[in-house]
Amino acid sequence: MKKSVYSMCGMCTVRCPIRVEVEDNRVTWIEGNPHLLDHALCAKGSAGMALVDDDERPRQPLIREGGRGAGRWQKVSWPTAYDYITERLKKIKSEYGPESVVLSSRGGPWQNMYKTFIHAFGSPNYTNHDCTCGRNTHHASLSINGVGRKGFIYDIKNSRHMVLFGRNYFASLQIAQGNQLLDMLDKGGRLTYVDVRQTMTGIKATRFFQVRPGTDYALALGMIHEIIKRGIYDKEFIDRYVSGFDELCTFIEEYTPAWAAKECGVKEKAILAFIDEVAEDMPKVIFHPGWNLSRYKDSFYVSRALHLLNVLMGNIEVEGGLIIPKGAGDCGFKGIRMLDCPKPDIKRGDGVGWKYKHFDKGPGLAHLFFDAMRTEDPYPIKAWIAMRHDPFTGMPEPQRQKLLFDNCDLLVSIDTHYSEFGWYADVILPESTYLERDNPIALQKGTKPRLIVRRKAVDPKYDTKPGWEIFKQLADRLDISEYFPYNTIEDLYAWQLEGTGYSIEDFEEKGFIELTDKPLPLYERDKLDGQFKTPSGKIEIISKKLTEAGLESLKPYRSPNKPPKGMFRLVYGRSAVHTHGHTMNNPLLEELMPENSLWINRRAAAKLGIEDGDLVDVTAQNASYSGTIHAYVTEFIHPEAVYTVHGFGRQIPLQTRSYHAGLSDQKLMAGKLDDWDKAGGAINLCEAFVFVQRSTRNPKRRVEL
Amino acid sequence: MNRYMIHLNSKRCIGCHGCEVHCKTNKRLPVGPILCEIDHEPLKPVKGVPKTEFSFRSCYHCDDPFCVPVCPTQAMVKREDGIVYVDQEKCIGCMACAGACPWTIPQLNPATGKAIKCDYCMDRLDQGLKPACVTKCTTHALKFVRLEVV
Repeated sequence: MKKSVYSMCGMCTVRCPIRVEVEDNRVTWIEGNPHLLDHALCAKGSAGMALVDDDERPRQPLIREGGRGAGRWQKVSWPTAYDYITERLKKIKSEYGPESVVLSSRGGPWQNMYKTFIHAFGSPNYTNHDCTCGRNTHHASLSINGVGRKGFIYDIKNSRHMVLFGRNYFASLQIAQGNQLLDMLDKGGRLTYVDVRQTMTGIKATRFFQVRPGTDYALALGMIHEIIKRGIYDKEFIDRYVSGFDELCTFIEEYTPAWAAKECGVKEKAILAFIDEVAEDMPKVIFHPGWNLSRYKDSFYVSRALHLLNVLMGNIEVEGGLIIPKGAGDCGFKGIRMLDCPKPDIKRGDGVGWKYKHFDKGPGLAHLFFDAMRTEDPYPIKAWIAMRHDPFTGMPEPQRQKLLFDNCDLLVSIDTHYSEFGWYADVILPESTYLERDNPIALQKGTKPRLIVRRKAVDPKYDTKPGWEIFKQLADRLDISEYFPYNTIEDLYAWQLEGTGYSIEDFEEKGFIELTDKPLPLYERDKLDGQFKTPSGKIEIISKKLTEAGLESLKPYRSPNKPPKGMFRLVYGRSAVHTHGHTMNNPLLEELMPENSLWINRRAAAKLGIEDGDLVDVTAQNASYSGTIHAYVTEFIHPEAVYTVHGFGRQIPLQTRSYHAGLSDQKLMAGKLDDWDKAGGAINLCEAFVFVQRSTRNPKRRVEL
Repeated sequence: MNRYMIHLNSKRCIGCHGCEVHCKTNKRLPVGPILCEIDHEPLKPVKGVPKTEFSFRSCYHCDDPFCVPVCPTQAMVKREDGIVYVDQEKCIGCMACAGACPWTIPQLNPATGKAIKCDYCMDRLDQGLKPACVTKCTTHALKFVRLEVV
């Protein structure tokens, strides 16, 4: 039997809309939703078929038999696994209180389900992966605009000039946005790209700044200086909506383009020529404020500077600028129901909200739970449920994390594949892959708000379950089932849509329900009051919240440390064919990119006798981890940096393809689990230095007998 | 006479290798054969920006293909519209076609033990659709072109 199912991709967290063709319960074709993406899909999206077929994933619930990480598992039934978990959770709750349980996820449109579960259990400690992702950008936006990272959408297609500080659009792919950027370039728009190396995005640029690692802030300050000096800013917008502009003018005086050029290792005249272009293109210039900007010790201030550049452009709620996303209310639609449970009135274990008042309390900061595990202050942390989150791949130093997690009595991994954390956990609950499961309905804000849903395309191949069922089953056993008012997914859909006039069948035509036919108009420029949810209601250049936390809003620049002799700064990134640690074992993606390589500057390599393709040993500063991979020798990376793709060097024997393939960047980040940004909250993932040498494994002669 | 070709707009190509996987999954190919390939030149600075050009290669569907006459079982066929394809029923997997092809385009499918190559997804074409690689190209950089005699 043939059928066609509209759904949402799950190969990465962009969750592109897809259409899936199925024949006799087998996926035969996956494409981008033709109504939204004109069929476009990336390599990972197509390789979803191999994910379903892959038998090197957990195929039934597993309970640990040997020591943690020993890889000895007992295969159990779902009721046995649920009972095992709930029995331990109840014991931990009675001994240490419900707050000693943490649940981490990968965020996204369904996180309210996980939040509801942990809140209903009695713990305020919901967290996510964002301390190694967008937290700095999010907090930077909050401190200036009073709205978070998702408080604006970027109208790329209509912009005249995109400025990307390391936002590698064509490797960390979002298909819709990537196409918008190419359309914009096709129309003659400009793209300025800033990075320590050339990337797939940089090669499409009209201007490229290869900067010294860790000097993005200097370049942004130099740009602000010149823009203010020449008066290329929206005076009217600033007068009306912005406070602290005079302080910015005073602060920026010393940061001239000549100074920035010297600091970053670029040409002053290139910066000045860039500002000429900005003058022509404003206000349709978008300074992308960063995606995964948990990198340098001043990344938060880099993001703030980029946000300030947008403010200077006056590009907010302007075609080709930053648009305020419209929601259900803007369409006169009352919205859908989402699972919810109020957060228990207990202070968070990570200190967010009481010790660190300037951070968003929503998901807190995952890495700050380690201190609580160690010190039991403010209280012990005794259980961690990782929903699709892999702390060992996401955060630095899994070696040290393991010792800290050993303070916990229960570690649970809910995931479609074996995560590094899951392999160390006590229980693995295998979630069905995105093609084998339904997910609740969600609202996608934008200029055309819509309801979206992921629908099951095929029945699960193995004894796996969808997340909605896993949480429902656990909730039932923990006596919190009233927060999960459904038994089947159809019940849940009906409950979500009740009173909206829509039914789940309405998604069948296109895969989504548009709440408006035409894009909603922009808010009027003189009626933006109330949009900026800062304490003063204005865009605050000097943030009251930061001041109260004893932090500077305009932080003087400090030059990054040079790597010690014989060492390099380790910089990581992504490729278009892999998603962090999720896809390395996917047969079709492994075929395209079986391991990562080490990018090294040609001159730096020559000094070490390293030639292109040689094996190199890369060693952590404290020698706690070393890996050997092939060198990619190029002049298009700064001599202070080496670069590799994140997610490799996995150590799960049952993933035979990715087992020990390549090198793990996070294991090389010695001492970096505690190196985080007190102002932005994120971990500084590009502050580690590593040793690089030509490996003795390069064959000199062959000895066989 | 060939009636089709696949054109790559290098300006839009982002070297994501999506086409290669779109092709493989459509034909249900295991690890091994890759029927179309994206490649690019080494980077070269152009006005301060390191740049490159991308190329796409599948099969040239030659006007006078070497692979067709060399096939001992007449499994390699050139259709009237120019498409050169492998008749899976007749193929014995001797790979004489690969040896005859200057670019070694035909590959062995280890799952079937037979030769496999780009056939412009002729089953899809015959349904009025476009080849898999073109249909799903991440950035719409690939175009399926119908050639006309002028």
